Amino acid sequence: MATQVLMPALSPTMEEGTLAKWLVKEGDVVKSGQIIAEIETDKATMEFEAVDEGTVGKLLVAEGTAGVKVNTPIAVLVEEGESVSDAAPAPAAATPAPAAKAEAAAPVAAAAAAPAPVKAAQGWPHSDLPEGVATKTMTVREALREAMAEEMRADPTVFLMGEEVGEYQGAYKISQGLLDEFGAKRVVDTPITEMGFAGIATGASWAGLKPIVEFMTFNFAMQAIDHILNSAAKTLYMSGGQMGSPMVFRGPNGAAARVGAQHSQDYAAWYAAIPGLKVCMPYSAADAKGLLKSAIRDPNPVVFLENEILYGRSFEVPAAEDFTIPFGKASILRAGTDVTLVSFGIGCAHALAAAEELAKEGISAEVVNLRTLRPIDYDTVQASVQKTNRCVTVEEGFPVGSIGDHLASTIMQRAFDYLDAPVITCTGKDVPMPYAANLEKLALITVPEIVGAVKSVCYR
Amino acid sequence: MAKKPEPRPNVSKDDLLQYYRDMLLIRRFEEKAGQLYGMGLIGGFCHLYIGQEAVVVGLEAAAKEGDKRITSYRDHGHMLACGMDAKGVMAELTGRIGGYSKGKGGSMHMFSKEKHFYGGHGIVGAQVPLGAGLAFADKYLGNDNVTFVYFGDGAANQGQVYETYNMAELWDLPAIFVIENNQYAMGTSVKRSTKSTTLFGRGLAYGIPGEQVDGMDVLAVKAAAEKAVAHCRAGKGPYILEMMTYRYRGHSMSDPAKYRTREEVEKIKSEKDCIEQVRDLLLQGGHASEEDLKSIDKDIKALVNEAAEFSKESPEPPVDELWTDIYA
Repeated sequence: MATQVLMPALSPTMEEGTLAKWLVKEGDVVKSGQIIAEIETDKATMEFEAVDEGTVGKLLVAEGTAGVKVNTPIAVLVEEGESVSDAAPAPAAATPAPAAKAEAAAPVAAAAAAPAPVKAAQGWPHSDLPEGVATKTMTVREALREAMAEEMRADPTVFLMGEEVGEYQGAYKISQGLLDEFGAKRVVDTPITEMGFAGIATGASWAGLKPIVEFMTFNFAMQAIDHILNSAAKTLYMSGGQMGSPMVFRGPNGAAARVGAQHSQDYAAWYAAIPGLKVCMPYSAADAKGLLKSAIRDPNPVVFLENEILYGRSFEVPAAEDFTIPFGKASILRAGTDVTLVSFGIGCAHALAAAEELAKEGISAEVVNLRTLRPIDYDTVQASVQKTNRCVTVEEGFPVGSIGDHLASTIMQRAFDYLDAPVITCTGKDVPMPYAANLEKLALITVPEIVGAVKSVCYR
Repeated sequence: MAKKPEPRPNVSKDDLLQYYRDMLLIRRFEEKAGQLYGMGLIGGFCHLYIGQEAVVVGLEAAAKEGDKRITSYRDHGHMLACGMDAKGVMAELTGRIGGYSKGKGGSMHMFSKEKHFYGGHGIVGAQVPLGAGLAFADKYLGNDNVTFVYFGDGAANQGQVYETYNMAELWDLPAIFVIENNQYAMGTSVKRSTKSTTLFGRGLAYGIPGEQVDGMDVLAVKAAAEKAVAHCRAGKGPYILEMMTYRYRGHSMSDPAKYRTREEVEKIKSEKDCIEQVRDLLLQGGHASEEDLKSIDKDIKALVNEAAEFSKESPEPPVDELWTDIYA
């Protein structure tokens, strides 16, 4: 019986890829385990092996095709005596059921199945960019890379250090090409030793350098958190102002997709609690570029919390090379009058999707993107709440001691008389992240939950 | 009295007098700090360096301008040895505005960018990668300076020390790892914390050369330091010096030190004391008279008293200092 070969998912967050090259042609006999194609994901070019044996009956997708969705049939294998047409009626969409379900259920990948959040995020009018500014479209990944490259060109004391940042070109391809441009002196591959290299980078920051430390994920930065807090954040104060730590700790933070409890934690509230640190959590590519450039130039230690799901998303970014975003300035992603949704990082995508849903029901939501969590732009939040009289916060982190808790308390103290309802904090659930697709979806903040919270504060 | 020391032909009278003075300053300073602690003028944790003076003084004898140093919380001696002002150190101990950190750091957290002293670190072992980072910067910037990274036998069991060894050798960092093996990590002797008691030897696993040194003998320390410094400055990577030393006082002011016998302490004091050794060299070599040394003692005492007075008179930091120096 003829077998369809489907576009594989080659990373936890892969939704589509480029069929870079076929290594077989129609009529070739393939064995299981034989490499039949090279597929480019958002992270790397991967070799793709045949699972079944057979003869290549037809190549359904030409090499060089980009944007091939996961689970799209890309080739047909036939057994001896079969023709390609035998395979044609096979219900391609139905066969990959388990994989497709998993994708669809994963919250982010909701992108693939239910395009609403992603589309909304991408196509949104960017009211946070000044009007008339020349822009270019780029992914968050490209924006981060460009920010580092520009700042490294401008300042020879800036260097990047971390696991796989150089020769491997970045575990998430953020540093792709930097080794070629800046050399091994400034793009430093480290052994897997987070505590050690975080300490080395902090020491280097005291002696004239401006390190950018890439953690493969902030989950691994737990090994190094002593240096981030005790060594980097506190030294300026402990030295009576003599010595600061001009450096950036950056990397993906929070849940990716289906990577389980140890790789899915959102540390926003943890780092935001520490005096001496500055904390950024960008949403868009413009945020990513403008904030990272500011972070590298800042004379203080900056924790820069990225998101793996957002890396591949595209946004408009001001084209000017000197574009930066100051810390402590929130942006209004969508103006509204009935309720204020305050979020940051990927939470903004959920908030924007919720605002779109709410608009259909006649509720006008304003979406505030905090962009930095230390300092926090309380004034913008307060002004918005004084206008809408209602507030819902949105984040993926744990509920206890969340950023939302802090905002709710601050809003209560600063704008109590303006509130028509209690502030509701939408957060991730109070559980370690489960692996199962359906449970993971439930553990994260969902758009229906945000919609529900808004209706509740609007008494509808 | 100390054993009669071996003759040391290559040391000048001036050098010997300088080591004597430097070590005595640390000892008298620490005794005074202990006294002020007893009077309630110094609070919190206060870890005295008495007994170990030869280590920092011998190493500093091999340093040149621009060389860096970083250590743990037992840091007063290191600061005085690298030329930081006794008044500023003592006033930091009393938590006054005249202290090196304006009273906001305390005994364990003092820094001097001017003297290239990078702390004063309260987390055991944390200073080891931090120190390698200082060396990383020197190498990156193309200086031929070295960094003295001090840590104790207790810190030697921290994992980050070995993470650092690995990278320091991998990248040929100009770092001299100085293990001040005073034989007790708080109350736990080296023998009770490891079966691998030759601490410098652990560097061999990473390709780092090293040696054990009599840390009570300032001239032996200096000779070893010169060798290590030459290795580092030549771009050959890190070096480990395990200084066999001894602290006479408890781990901190609140430690009764019941984990060792009085006899053990007295034996070291009478046979190995670093200051007595140099004193004997000076007297027996005819480099100084009893009168000369008395005069030095008097000068040091005056200097320490002046520091103590300053630390009492300097005001507490103004309350708005609570909110400064959090961000640059």
